[in-house]
Amino acid sequence: MLTPQNLQRIENLKKSYPHSQALVLPVLWIAQEQYGFISQDTMKEVAALLKLPFGHILGVVTFYTMYHTKPVGRNHIEVCTNVSCMIRGSQKIVRELEEKLGIKMGETSNDGAWTLSEVECMGACGGAPMCAIGEEYYENLTPEGVERMIESASKRKVGA
Amino acid sequence: MDPVILPNIPKLHTIDVYEANGGYKAFKKSIGMAPEAVTDEVKKSNLRGRGGACFPTGLKWTFMPKKTDKPKYLCVNGDESEPGTFKDRQIFESNPHLLLEGTLVACYAMGITTAFIYIRGEYGKWIRMVEKALDDARTRGYVGKNILGSEFSAEIIVHKGAGAYICGEESALMNSLEGERGYPRIKPPFPAQYGLWGCPTTINNVETLSNVPCIINNGWDWYSKIGAPKHPGPILVGVSGHVNHPGVFEMPTGVPLLEIIHKYAGGVPGNKAIKAVIPGGSSTPILRGDQLEGVSMDADSMKAAGSAVGTAGLIVMDEDTDLLAVLARIAKFYHHESCGQCTPCREGTGWLEKVLNRFVRGEGRGEDIDLLMDIANNIEGNTICALGDAAAWPVQSMIRRFRDEFEKRVGAHPVKEEAA
Repeated sequence: MLTPQNLQRIENLKKSYPHSQALVLPVLWIAQEQYGFISQDTMKEVAALLKLPFGHILGVVTFYTMYHTKPVGRNHIEVCTNVSCMIRGSQKIVRELEEKLGIKMGETSNDGAWTLSEVECMGACGGAPMCAIGEEYYENLTPEGVERMIESASKRKVGA
Repeated sequence: MDPVILPNIPKLHTIDVYEANGGYKAFKKSIGMAPEAVTDEVKKSNLRGRGGACFPTGLKWTFMPKKTDKPKYLCVNGDESEPGTFKDRQIFESNPHLLLEGTLVACYAMGITTAFIYIRGEYGKWIRMVEKALDDARTRGYVGKNILGSEFSAEIIVHKGAGAYICGEESALMNSLEGERGYPRIKPPFPAQYGLWGCPTTINNVETLSNVPCIINNGWDWYSKIGAPKHPGPILVGVSGHVNHPGVFEMPTGVPLLEIIHKYAGGVPGNKAIKAVIPGGSSTPILRGDQLEGVSMDADSMKAAGSAVGTAGLIVMDEDTDLLAVLARIAKFYHHESCGQCTPCREGTGWLEKVLNRFVRGEGRGEDIDLLMDIANNIEGNTICALGDAAAWPVQSMIRRFRDEFEKRVGAHPVKEEAA
């Protein structure tokens, strides 16, 4: 169940929009923040809360890439491989990450610490090649710098 | 010219420094003018949208009905997702109050009382920066009811996207804001007639609205004399790829591409030759490096050169770049981001990707070049929104300008992974 604090946040959001359906994306963000991912049960909960059909919520969740329908690692590394990053060596960064973490693109490590994903352009082309870990952007990556980045990311508090 | 969108002033993102440097002056001046006069000023300035289409901003504002029983809305498009584009993020980070001020002026000019700033979900950190600026602006009385003791009231809401390139398309953005899948809508009706929740709506890009305060402060005449006469003003050019100093540079429109690459971005590493550039984000037609002389960053020059300003996200590729690998990557992107409503785009973008990957693997067939052109031609113009065109243009332009690259790869041996 969504926490009373989160339900209050949702209640406050209602004032900003003329129709409650506009809350679908914000509420899914809050739900994902609380649960870590959006399960079918969570979709049902959100649907009931906003008085919308379950199918509508399912449709929205599966349309947007940032909603996770499965758990992701505590550190979610998203590597951009689009043009600006690609021509500045993102493939080498991907290889280095796969090697250092012992997982392939799209996988989560057994201890649940790391998930590695390939993503489309994140709007940091001036710092290519880049990746994001959570909301933090790491730019101008080099294969040699990957290990340092992993170390510093693993020291950060979860969710920070 | 001195930069006006991203001036080099420390801590400009804070409201104190922003106000100390003339911030919110344009807004104060606006609410002392008739709303029509504000729109007129923007119209005469010749400001053209910075989101990609270069549509005249003032003209767009006049499309909004003056008398209507329905509420009117402004959407600020901060979905910035076109590969090679990273300029709006710089505004969120360095000058968020400029965006808020431009938003308020636009609201006043069009009689709008609610604006939504839609920012892509990946920009979580920058969303918080804009929210902080918005809180401060509200505290100082620039946002809310009866702003600065006037009759004018306006509310601004920051809305977080969730990862979908298509939501940068204006009608998809509105559907997304309404809590739907981000499907583009058939036009007409246009947003000014039937936008958010069926109400009159205007959508402007972040950089576009950030141009508005300097127009109000200095007058349309001043603005219209900056840069290229038919596409004037300051423009943020994001340079990435094979340059020594990639980054976002503010300059007047009309600066030659070669000057942007060599003077602003420090030239190509190792002084290598430029093989090709993508001038305005991945959807704009690719240009040959040996044909850049005389081409500048403004709508007319770009059109004459057979490309477009787009988002002014300039990607530079040196002589060693595998252009077919680049094109295959672009095709993969549009295939991934196609919303799936229109068959030509949903199916065609996948076919483009598959055939291009055949070339990358060295398995291209002679007839595949014409096949690619045929697929691209059958997507272009046959879809609800411009994503289909965006997928077709890079392929068409690459075949026209670099046909030899394809021919070289017909039946060739598989290329090494390193080449990518």
